[in-house]
Amino acid sequence: MSASTLRIALVGNPNCGKTALFNLLTGGRQKVANYAGVTVERKEGRFTAPSGRVLQILDLPGAYSFDASSPDEQITRDVCAGNYPGEAPPDLIVCVADATNLRLHLRFVLEVKRLGRPVVLALNMMDTARSRGIAIDVPELSRRLGLPVVETVAVKRGGARALIERVDGEVPAAAPVQPDDAASRADLHAQVRELLASTVRMPRATAEIDDALDRWALHPVFGLAILAVVMFLVFQAVYAAGKPMSDLIGDGFGWMGGHVAALMPDGPLRSLVVDGLFGGLGTVLGFLPVILVLFFFILTLEESGYLPRAAFLLDRLMLTVGLTGRSFIPLLSSFACAIPGIMGTRSITDPRDRITTILIAPLMTCSARLPVYALLIGAFIPARKVFGLFNLQGVVLFALYLAGILGAMLVGWVMKHLRRDKSEHALLMELPSYRLPKTRDVAIGLYERGMIFLKRLTGVILGLTVLMWFLSTFPGAPAGATQPAIEYSFAGYIGRALQYVFAPIGFNWQISLALIPAFAARETAVAALATVYLVGGEAEGLGQALAGQIPLASALSLLVWFAYAPQCMSTLAIIKRETDSWRNVAISFGYMFVMAYAASFVVYQVTRALT
Amino acid sequence: MRLSELPKGAPAVVERVDDAHAADPIAQRLRDLGFVDGEPVRVVAVGPMGGDPLLIQIGFTRFALRRAEAARVSVRSEVAA
Repeated sequence: MSASTLRIALVGNPNCGKTALFNLLTGGRQKVANYAGVTVERKEGRFTAPSGRVLQILDLPGAYSFDASSPDEQITRDVCAGNYPGEAPPDLIVCVADATNLRLHLRFVLEVKRLGRPVVLALNMMDTARSRGIAIDVPELSRRLGLPVVETVAVKRGGARALIERVDGEVPAAAPVQPDDAASRADLHAQVRELLASTVRMPRATAEIDDALDRWALHPVFGLAILAVVMFLVFQAVYAAGKPMSDLIGDGFGWMGGHVAALMPDGPLRSLVVDGLFGGLGTVLGFLPVILVLFFFILTLEESGYLPRAAFLLDRLMLTVGLTGRSFIPLLSSFACAIPGIMGTRSITDPRDRITTILIAPLMTCSARLPVYALLIGAFIPARKVFGLFNLQGVVLFALYLAGILGAMLVGWVMKHLRRDKSEHALLMELPSYRLPKTRDVAIGLYERGMIFLKRLTGVILGLTVLMWFLSTFPGAPAGATQPAIEYSFAGYIGRALQYVFAPIGFNWQISLALIPAFAARETAVAALATVYLVGGEAEGLGQALAGQIPLASALSLLVWFAYAPQCMSTLAIIKRETDSWRNVAISFGYMFVMAYAASFVVYQVTRALT
Repeated sequence: MRLSELPKGAPAVVERVDDAHAADPIAQRLRDLGFVDGEPVRVVAVGPMGGDPLLIQIGFTRFALRRAEAARVSVRSEVAA
């Protein structure tokens, strides 16, 4: 590191616009990683100031106070104080405060100042403050605080010019370190009041637009209706935009694989390239559009300030099953795919609530289960009317969705009672002002999520896909074999071995075998069943073949199995990545296996007794 | 009076935050967020199910508090004060 590099730490309350300011300063030149051992994001970026000096900027997690209760706040405090292991103390702290919310944010500024390090205060959102008629005597505020104060507008190009000029100049002198005890903490509020009284004039406490919007958004009836409409639109968009792109990617890789296959001699190597490599890559990258579309909406809703409102409306409902309102959006996303859902749990502040949400997210019926449900329901459930109104097939599909939700509620409830740490879970959630989401912030957020998925998961999933290919290809069928090749492979052996485990829930060895590729991606169960039942890939033909060869009890049992089974391995990989713990992977796999087995057992035995 | 008992829209002033148990982190957090003596406070909205959580306006900020959290805050009606 050159001597002219200046290390700057950005700190501030949540919702002060700190990340927008960070994005404005550093653009796409960011490095996102996790702090060691915790899933708190460490974001660093750099830019070159007009003087030629390189400024290295660390975006610290938002904090309300240094009396740290969450891992985020502990890290922010320790890095600022210069005693976080492995992190050099910052040369300068830039404390960001929302100019429209100084009552809350100035208190934290005073806390930062007491660390006795050089501090610059950036009064952010000054444009909004002016338009709301808030008048701030900046020179007087600076004099009373004893800190340099600059005005910024993080959402405008050039909105950080004053800040850049200030940090590019001389580093301000540090205030003396002050003790941190209960008495001095109470004193901080008195100081804030004094500062506000002498430097800020505010016509009204809140923005009129917020009051007006909240009257509708939080209304007991209209609020819930608006939420339902928003969620409906998000889901429509996921299926209308994400799913076709996913299919296109899958087909594209299949097409490329086909072309490569034409160039290669027949044999296991060709099968590896076509089925393992291209097939696997197609599956993995096929997730990407769905993830990006979902995250586009999650980020937009988050930036706009609507997400905390949704959490407010649903908190009570979620609390009854041991969750929090903040769990709602990740769980809802899991109906498209559990992977973005689990990645979305980062917005849940209480670590216990977050783990519970991660563990039950895979029980939401994701889109990959649909091909399997469609095949089995089409083959076994007659399309007759029940109660003269509903189609029985639709009723069964609905029941499977419901089974997932009820199962998740049950698991949430059980976890709530099993947990040793019974201390109260806090909601204590700020509802920030509504804001128009900025394209730059949404785009950078999307890029980060996409990269996390590609970088961390592609290797794991690809490796496992190749392993699956290996198991179902070797050893090859002997000369003169009459059965499909997969029967002679390792997968065939494993399928027959698994049959002992699965016989009590009505799975024959062919079904047991199909469960192996289904673990890589659920929808491949259809292709695997097609392979072993000696029919082409056409679902109608396969449906008839299945209906002829599998008893109804086994089919129903298989449906229930898919509702609860520990799948797919991409989900387990993301649980590992997001919780940094194999224990959570094991718990998640274990409870889902037991649950699926028990439910399938009951369904199989009861159906058999009745038919 | 407790903040959880305050009628919606009625102006009040915070008196203090009481610990629900020894070293109550939620009470401490409430104090840090500005629930201190003399601060004007108001219930802006209530949740659609069972009137929980509450949306509280304090200072220039709005917080969603569950009833159990709001019950830690002791308030007096502004008219009476």
